Amino acid sequence: MLRLDKVSAGYGRAQVLHDLSLEVTAGEIICLLGRNGAGKSTTMRAIMGHLPLMSGKIWLDDTELSALPPHNVPRAGVGYVPQGRRLFAELSVAQNLEIGLRARGNGPEVREDVLTLFPRLRERLGQKAQTLSGGEQQMLAMARALCLRPDVLLLDEPTEGLQPSMIAAIREVITGLRDTGVAVLLVEQRIDAVLDIANRVAFIENGKGGPIMSAEALRADRSAVERYVGV
Amino acid sequence: MELGPYLVLATLEGAITAAVLALTAVGLSLVFGVMRVVNIAHGEFFMLGAVLAWWIAQSVAGHPAIGFALALIFAPLLVGALAVAADMTILKRLNYDPERTIVATIGLLYIIQQLTLMGYGPDARPVEAPFNTRLAIPWFERGAEGWQMIWPWGLGTTTYKLAVIGAAAMILCAVWALMTRSRIGLVMRATQADREMALAFGIPVERVYALVFGFGAALAALAAVLIVPIQQAHYLMGGDPLLLSFIVVIIGGLGSLPGTVLAAVLIGLSDGIISVFFSPTLAKIIATLLVALVLVFRPQGLFGGRRT
Ligand SMILES: Nc1ncnc2c1ncn2[C@@H]1O[C@H](COP(=O)(O)OP(=O)(O)O)[C@@H](O)[C@H]1O
Ligand SMILES: [Mg+2]
Repeated sequence: MLRLDKVSAGYGRAQVLHDLSLEVTAGEIICLLGRNGAGKSTTMRAIMGHLPLMSGKIWLDDTELSALPPHNVPRAGVGYVPQGRRLFAELSVAQNLEIGLRARGNGPEVREDVLTLFPRLRERLGQKAQTLSGGEQQMLAMARALCLRPDVLLLDEPTEGLQPSMIAAIREVITGLRDTGVAVLLVEQRIDAVLDIANRVAFIENGKGGPIMSAEALRADRSAVERYVGV
Repeated sequence: MELGPYLVLATLEGAITAAVLALTAVGLSLVFGVMRVVNIAHGEFFMLGAVLAWWIAQSVAGHPAIGFALALIFAPLLVGALAVAADMTILKRLNYDPERTIVATIGLLYIIQQLTLMGYGPDARPVEAPFNTRLAIPWFERGAEGWQMIWPWGLGTTTYKLAVIGAAAMILCAVWALMTRSRIGLVMRATQADREMALAFGIPVERVYALVFGFGAALAALAAVLIVPIQQAHYLMGGDPLLLSFIVVIIGGLGSLPGTVLAAVLIGLSDGIISVFFSPTLAKIIATLLVALVLVFRPQGLFGGRRT
């Protein structure tokens, strides 16, 4: 579904990603694993078109995402939950969702579905996003992205700094999405959490792609985790 | 005239300055807030509004109200369109880089000013007000038989001046409603908050920028059309509105709409009063000092919240 084909990208002249290739198929969770600064967030930003590519291409089925202007990437069906949430802080919960909905012209029924997944947001629709608790903000960041009804969902450390009960709730939503056929690209630091929900794991080191393994294979032999993440 | 009536007169003049300044400064504040562009050419859009108003008004025959009404519609539209063109051909190419756009808008300032000098000339030209009835203002004085109403000579205003204040208030309410109640306002605020996230949710940020730049310039032009029956159009008239708008935007808090309006009222009124009692120069000196104090002690502005 989503395919990165030898992507190189960076900031200005500083190249971060080097010939990175990756494929995410519908109905699977693939986890991108690597040390801090390895280029995980940069990969997601490159997919969203926020960084110009130095070379390579990014495809969503038959659409070349890397040829689209950045605002058409979400319209093509890519939902993005960035690291640090980056909500529209001064806007209300309802307005944050509204912005998600209008991206692909979705109506109130999508909003209903999303609020059913995150009932706590329904009680806070009129509240400014910045007044929510950390866990609620993360829920809103996910809800906002799900208002697109995305075919591909990019999640950059969605459980960073959250309480265990919140983490469990968010993981449940992620696996639920996978089971409805969404392709999920997940960046997550907690190895055990990853092995529980991911179908495959892709390693990244210094912006270069490492091995891509199934979660079972990785559970049996964790040497790759030690090599690429160093735990 | 005694002090009391004189003060009323000065306050009225100040209120007109405040009304026009609020419109101009809100345009500057929107452009800065949403696009992070410091538009040095903002005063020239104001000047163009006045010059175009003169040009439109003198080219139609009949009652002056017809020419003025046409100017009120078409001068802001033309100036807005010019600003959109400037955005797409200049600012967009600079990638809206904060420093380079300052230099570019300084260039734009001189281009607009010199082209106007070449086409329109160095004269100041008036536009006739659509209506201009004189209104005397009564004053109350304690005489031998208690309070009595008198009509001091020279204390008065015109229907047009009052209409300027009313029109500016209405336009400001409309801008506020647009920003807080409409979809396009929501899109503009999202773009202001986080340009990259706006893109990630399908907002065509560059189109929003062009629109905001045009809208900000149109507001300045609209303010100028309102003032030109009182002040005359001249190719150098953009300087003061630019300086005062910057003062207002800094005092009010960058990008804060209510703060900008409050600061415009404060600066406009004090400018009017100090100009009448002392001198316009002293008024500018005090306003500039106030800016320096705000920058040192309250950089987020008197009314702006702390920005995250
Ligand atoms: N805005 C930026 N400008 C310049 N360099 C950046 C920027 N963001 C990240 N980098 C650099 O890119 C590299 C990868 O960063 P990132 O993708 O955020 O890593 P990760 O998400 O894997 O921790 C790092 O070396 C980082 O310093
Ligand atoms: Mg990261």
